[in-house]
Amino acid sequence: MRDKARTPPVLAIPAVIGVAFLVLPMIGLLVRAPWSTLPRQLATPHVLDALRLSLITSTTATIVSILLGVPLAWLLARSSFPGRRLVRALVTVPLVLPPVVGGVALLLVFGRRGLVGTWLDSQFGITLPFTTAGVVVAEAFVAMPFLVISVEGAIRAADLRYEEAAATLGATRWTVFRRVTLPIVAPGLAAGAVLCWARALGEFGATITFAGNYPGTTQTMPLIVYLALETDPPAAIVLSLILLAVSVTILVGLRERWISAP
Amino acid sequence: MTGRARLVGVVAAGAGLVLSGGCGGGSGGTAATRASGAATKVTGTVTVLAAASLTEAFTRIGKDFAAANPGTRVTFSFAGSSALAQQIASGAPADVFASASPTNMKQVTDAGLGDGQPIVFARNQLVIAVPRGNPKRIAGLADLARSGVKVALCAEQVPCGAAAKTALAAAGVKLTPVTLEQDVKAALTKVKLGEVDAALVYRTDARTASSDVDGVEFPESAGAVNDYPIVALARAPNPAGAKAFVAHVLSDRGRAVLTGSGFQKP
Repeated sequence: MRDKARTPPVLAIPAVIGVAFLVLPMIGLLVRAPWSTLPRQLATPHVLDALRLSLITSTTATIVSILLGVPLAWLLARSSFPGRRLVRALVTVPLVLPPVVGGVALLLVFGRRGLVGTWLDSQFGITLPFTTAGVVVAEAFVAMPFLVISVEGAIRAADLRYEEAAATLGATRWTVFRRVTLPIVAPGLAAGAVLCWARALGEFGATITFAGNYPGTTQTMPLIVYLALETDPPAAIVLSLILLAVSVTILVGLRERWISAP
Repeated sequence: MTGRARLVGVVAAGAGLVLSGGCGGGSGGTAATRASGAATKVTGTVTVLAAASLTEAFTRIGKDFAAANPGTRVTFSFAGSSALAQQIASGAPADVFASASPTNMKQVTDAGLGDGQPIVFARNQLVIAVPRGNPKRIAGLADLARSGVKVALCAEQVPCGAAAKTALAAAGVKLTPVTLEQDVKAALTKVKLGEVDAALVYRTDARTASSDVDGVEFPESAGAVNDYPIVALARAPNPAGAKAFVAHVLSDRGRAVLTGSGFQKP
């Protein structure tokens, strides 16, 4: 352990500006919030429905992202197949796609008349738009790339020699992945899952476009906030703060349990 | 760690994009145009904030206005009326505000931001938008309550949703829509893509989408007519231009364009 060096001003000044830039809008919310209306807002039935729905869908979307995203990240990091770079670029497209466009794209594929949706409807009678499952699909579409990129980076950074040692001792590839690779990348996976969950929780554009907006089934917190902004901006501020408080509480709680800050 | 930090940056940037999405609009006229307040001579740029449902009609009116007043240019920012009202309250440099509802206009005039009284220049009423050919044979509001008919309405918080609520109440029809959309164009899109079987939208919106959508008229819409008020703004960078544009919208030529788009005369 060496002494903490004095931070050079060339780093300190932009860092402070960066903190101010990221934190000031939140202070704005806190300062302008009409706190006296908080109990009334919380008592509105749709608000608690939306909060519950937001937590359930973002958590489900994160689980889906882990189940599909971790194997995908492993594939991108550890195997070589033709077109791997292209696949990686395509996987990150939802990051740059405006979420509303993502929602339209999802409609064109999973909608009632969509490429896959028509078949889902005729074979299984499943239609995704306007259902809670549709919310999960929209959120997972937008949030999964965050997890994939985090986990892929962690797998790349992991020392290959541990895996090779395990393999020489007779472990199968699946055992190596489960017993060696996964524990090594656990911090990266946790960070990716948190990013993914946070992005899913705040998702607005793809959700309202693909899943619609109906209280109890598809109206998540960001949607209720947006609509409150149309008629009652103070209520929208209070609702945003409720979402913010809940998400920060959960993230802090998780961080203390599972994510060890260096 | 840096990787994570960079990702957080991406998240923040993404959120910024989403948040800034609603605020379009050009800059206002120049200080020079403000100084030359001479009676009829109109020059410079006129910045008009107008409700999304006015997009097609006002774009045409803007062209006519510029043709009639050489040396002027009209820039538009089309968005939801409530979003525009908030932009004006926050000091957006605009000359004219045309709202799809008197409520949003009142927010502006109550704050003392209107120059004179707003004038109702058009009316719009609801129709049932159905996919072209009307596959579900929808003839009136009662058909929307049939089982197996998926309906999109606007959320009550936006003018088309408030009008839909009034019309449904007048007809005594109770229905459970599959979605409450954030604006009339979003509701229309759901019909265009075939995700819903019907939506209550303005007649003008159904008309602009007539290649994909049929509009079914229903009698109860007469009880839920939307008034569109217009006003020149008190802090207009180009006050002469603002007054001239409002006068042009109210003129016979302006009215003709509006009727051609499906609006009714006030």
